[in-house]
Amino acid sequence: MKLLQSPAVRVGVSISIATGLYGVSFGALSVTSGLDFWQTMALSLLLFSGGSQFAFIGVVAGGGSGIAAMGAATLLGMRNGIYGMQINALLQPRGWRRFAAAHVTIDESTATSTGQTDPLEQQRGFWTAGVGIFILWNLFTAVGALAGASLGDPKQWGLDGAAVAAFLGLLWPRLKGREPVAIAVVCALATVLAVPFVPAGVPILVAAVVAAAIGWFSHGRSDEGLEPDVDPYAEHPHPRPSGDAA
Amino acid sequence: MNLWMWLLVSCALAYAWKLLGYLIPASALRDPRMSRIAGTMTIGLLASLTILNTVASGQALALDARLGALAAAGVALLFRAPFLVVVIAGAAAAAGLRMLGWS
Repeated sequence: MKLLQSPAVRVGVSISIATGLYGVSFGALSVTSGLDFWQTMALSLLLFSGGSQFAFIGVVAGGGSGIAAMGAATLLGMRNGIYGMQINALLQPRGWRRFAAAHVTIDESTATSTGQTDPLEQQRGFWTAGVGIFILWNLFTAVGALAGASLGDPKQWGLDGAAVAAFLGLLWPRLKGREPVAIAVVCALATVLAVPFVPAGVPILVAAVVAAAIGWFSHGRSDEGLEPDVDPYAEHPHPRPSGDAA
Repeated sequence: MNLWMWLLVSCALAYAWKLLGYLIPASALRDPRMSRIAGTMTIGLLASLTILNTVASGQALALDARLGALAAAGVALLFRAPFLVVVIAGAAAAAGLRMLGWS
């Protein structure tokens, strides 16, 4: 098929599979955090942004209130607005496409698109990754939620450890260089110090304020921290020029 | 029902962020400060969530099997393991340590 010869489509398909698969861990962790099957599916279908979804269930699992969970998820979703600006400048979607594009504007679809130079390839990369991840992420969320519900005691299976690993896995690709590491350490410290003094869920918001203050006053790279969880071009650091069919 | 409400508000706000990017004029892209805050906030929140899920137990701090999960995930990431393998390593470490008697 001609479309599969497009480098952006191929990258988009492989990133969809890699990202979609870890929807299993989200689904399983969500139901063991106390959300039911449909609440879990609502997050994947409607919120559709991995980091924010994990944040929501992470706060609920830690005994935080619904409003604290909303705060963490919403603050973590701010970067999608930046991605929206980038994609809007690149693809300039019009009419209903603009509303659909907004929904699938996430780390991976943005990275797949901006990694290409040809406008048509940027377009293909964005939609392949965005729609592909949406379908597979929801499918595997459902699989994980159904499997998680039949697990019994989540601690026996180390699912609280799985949540720790998931957050570190989301953080890791963003720790490129000394400044991001310093931000992470300072915010982690602020969190630990806040835990005994404020209600569950609030320490995350304390860290958010610290991080925002650092961003406001610092003069680092303006795209720091805006990396995808799974790098579409990890194995191809220099994407071949578009139209170069293999 | 309360949780459902906050959940749906979260979904609406998440979509609002995304759509906002498409509605504000491109000239706003030239202000690097907002991008920087979005970036530092992403790092800060994920670091906070990582440590919180490792050591917080309600309003108390606890050192338990989750520390082993953090270490195992770190090692897996150093070896460039895919995300799902990292998650499984974390779960296996916590479950294994509990089996050995460390809660």
